[in-house]
Amino acid sequence: MQVPILKQRDYLIASIQAALTDADLLQLRDALVTRVGTFRSRGVIVDVTALDVMDSFAVRTLGDLAHMIRLRGAETVIVGIQPEVAFAMVQLGLTLTGVSTALDLEEGLAFLDKRMKATSGTR
Amino acid sequence: MKSHEIRVQIGSDSDIVTARQKGREMASQLGFTITDLTLIATAISELARNIVLYAQQGEILLSIAEEGARRGIGVIARDAGPGIPDVERALQEGFSTSRSFGMGLSGVRRLVDEFKIVSELGSGTTVSVKKWK
Repeated sequence: MQVPILKQRDYLIASIQAALTDADLLQLRDALVTRVGTFRSRGVIVDVTALDVMDSFAVRTLGDLAHMIRLRGAETVIVGIQPEVAFAMVQLGLTLTGVSTALDLEEGLAFLDKRMKATSGTR
Repeated sequence: MKSHEIRVQIGSDSDIVTARQKGREMASQLGFTITDLTLIATAISELARNIVLYAQQGEILLSIAEEGARRGIGVIARDAGPGIPDVERALQEGFSTSRSFGMGLSGVRRLVDEFKIVSELGSGTTVSVKKWK
């Protein structure tokens, strides 16, 4: 199940629609890391609203994704982590250290806009 | 064999998804809350992942657990892999041998109510967990 990646202004939006296998997650990570260059994107939003489970592999892969994208000069924000998923992640001891998160797509876009404005003077 | 037992063969990453979806379905029929459903599905995901990582192949058995008036779900993750040399250590916080993905077994233990593990070097590992409603 491939995740569609939409380009909107300077951002890429990956909207996960259904449960993903490990291979799907790795493919999403690689596609985003590549396309940030193709489209010269400055921000990436990964919408995980549809994920009913974020296990250790998913959390690790999303964290790696965000760090790789940062190395490519763009910012990532993970949006839509469901309350029960957040609960399970904390119980399991999983954290997304150093990764930005927002409540939903709208908040994610607002976060990136603010971030871009703040850094536009230095870029 | 009890009725309402579901067996999921585990051999690849897509089986991990199947196992946790079947577990979630069964738990949902038992009337667990959505938070518990997520904890159960996440625990199954981790157990199935351990099978794929360490033993390549195995199975997940899902069953309805009953004890007096209590009902719940039982999950058994079984493989005939290399076994765990030091179970105590494998249960320690954050311990994982494959550089992986793991909060591993200690994480799973926090998600469930009962946790049992039997592992023998060379003949495999069986992890049995239960979550009560």
